[in-house]
Amino acid sequence: MNALTEGYNFAYLDERTKRMIRRALLKAVAVPGYQVPFASREMPLPYGWGTGGLQVTSAIIGESDTLKVIDQGSDETTNAVNIRRFFARTAGVATTTRTAEATIVQTRHRIPETPLTDKQIIVYQVPMPEPLFRLEPRVTECRKLHALADYGLINVKYYEDIVQHGSIATTYDYPVLVNDRYLTSPSPIPKFDNPKMHMNPALQLFGAGRERRIYAIPPYTKVKSLDFEDHPFSVQKWEHACALCGSHESFLDEMIVDDQGTRMFVCSDSDYCHSRRDDEEVAQ
Amino acid sequence: MYVAVKGGERAIERSWDVLAKKRRGDVAVPELSVAQIREQMRLAVARVMTEGSVYDEDLAALAIKQAAGDLVEAIFLLRAYRTTLPRFGYTLPIDTEAMCVERRISAAFKDIPGGQMLGGTYDYTQRLLDFTLLAEGEQVGDATIAAKASGESAMPRVLSMLDKEGLIEQERSHENAPPPGDLSREPLSFPADRSTRLQNLARGDEGFLLAVGYATQRGYAHSHPFAGEIRHGEVAVEMVVDELGFAVEIGDIEVTECQMINQFAGSGDVPPTFTQGYGLAFGHSERKAMAMALVDRALRAEELGESVASPTQDAEFVLYHSDNVEASGFVQHLKLPHYVDFQSELELLRRLRAAHGADDNKENAA
Repeated sequence: MNALTEGYNFAYLDERTKRMIRRALLKAVAVPGYQVPFASREMPLPYGWGTGGLQVTSAIIGESDTLKVIDQGSDETTNAVNIRRFFARTAGVATTTRTAEATIVQTRHRIPETPLTDKQIIVYQVPMPEPLFRLEPRVTECRKLHALADYGLINVKYYEDIVQHGSIATTYDYPVLVNDRYLTSPSPIPKFDNPKMHMNPALQLFGAGRERRIYAIPPYTKVKSLDFEDHPFSVQKWEHACALCGSHESFLDEMIVDDQGTRMFVCSDSDYCHSRRDDEEVAQ
Repeated sequence: MYVAVKGGERAIERSWDVLAKKRRGDVAVPELSVAQIREQMRLAVARVMTEGSVYDEDLAALAIKQAAGDLVEAIFLLRAYRTTLPRFGYTLPIDTEAMCVERRISAAFKDIPGGQMLGGTYDYTQRLLDFTLLAEGEQVGDATIAAKASGESAMPRVLSMLDKEGLIEQERSHENAPPPGDLSREPLSFPADRSTRLQNLARGDEGFLLAVGYATQRGYAHSHPFAGEIRHGEVAVEMVVDELGFAVEIGDIEVTECQMINQFAGSGDVPPTFTQGYGLAFGHSERKAMAMALVDRALRAEELGESVASPTQDAEFVLYHSDNVEASGFVQHLKLPHYVDFQSELELLRRLRAAHGADDNKENAA
């Protein structure tokens, strides 16, 4: 432990705060998809940059854990690097970029392409936990709507989308119904990732620091993306394969590579892309 | 060529170095000391202590230095430190009537027991740039800072005089009142009681409160305010120590308090009476305390049976957006990569535009 982290508890938060967060987590697991208010602490990271995920990870991480942190699917974006370093520094835990090696994956905006197992926990950073906030900004009103399971508003919105555009015009943060009860924000993951939440063997925890809410999807829970019988939910597809690993199954990032506007498509999940290329090399 | 997004770690370290260098500026100019900031930028220190909600002049000055004068960043630094501090307990309520007053004015009465005390204020400085400050070796007059302890010279609150006539409603603390909540330990929930609202406003951004308070004066929930009393000075902080069983003084803090007097038309049950809005801030922070008092009064609409017609009276709107550490973080998180979401939107937009073109080529061409 270096001079800067001396005087701080393991993984930064004090044990009483961790206990408070764990209580909220237990409640969240018991009521899948329900947003549990918790006494979010001020963290040494700005609000909106992952303070909720940071607190959840801090509350669950132990010395034997191996942590992976991704942002936009990549381990190397500055915010992911920063959060990984934070735990390496304050908890001294092992970190990895390999999805399969991690016991805890903290993520912003993606679910890894490599399927998670029942030995893993995925922690989502959530900016706006309320799936209805664009339709009803009042927290008090939204709580009532959830209590009554009154989700008419969003169905009308999606119906209007279909009338206007021919399809539902939500591409990320696409709300899901968890365990047939609570409408829940999957955090701003692309709707491409929504099907991965359904019956996932891993425990899925969601932390929203600024909005002071925690929620969870326990392993093997039913997660349904909203849709209509005649307009079933579908995910994005690309005409291209990844330019680096050739995958047709992954979510692709588009990059502009020269002044003429030439585009290149590569996997957003950097670990998935690397390991596919490594496997290929081995095969050759 | 695909440029890999690797190297974030090294970039961050380099960024720290650049920042440190920028903060220090030209090394030929002597470095600012924390003591200089504490002594000579006391109003900045007061704001950082108030909104950072830690009364510590040295730490606030350090935060200002570290943040290169960005006060919202300094407030964030102080908050991030505060969150790690153990909680020993709660002090007794401070008694601002017993304040050692340095400045005290009332806009409601020409003369008041204890007198008006102008003290040090920028109000009547005529705002001419003082070019002598450009020169080194500033001359300081030998003004003595007068301070009156109200114990000796009787400086009762202006509002208590109205109270004697029953002209103003007063928040009376009753014996079985529940202890006030602690916003830094419990999430904000609605409906929020007045103590919770005041805590939120005390930590709230001065600029935000100023704008909301100003809006109330311009007709968004007009509440006819009078500055009943503004006082600034030192108050003692007392705490009951368990081992002793009685309260002991643990120090003095400087605060600025504002009590606004507002009209109230009365209702079927209550005769017309004055009502009040309250503001309190660390250090000398009159703008903040006054704005806070205006907003506090506006937020009391519901409890006083007034109609809630304007955003300034809407507790959810005001309290959820007052905190500058939250607001600054969330606004600036837009700097973080959003490649994935943006890619999803791109894909949708292209699809919609393709469909649109196929439907109606003419309109597209026009």
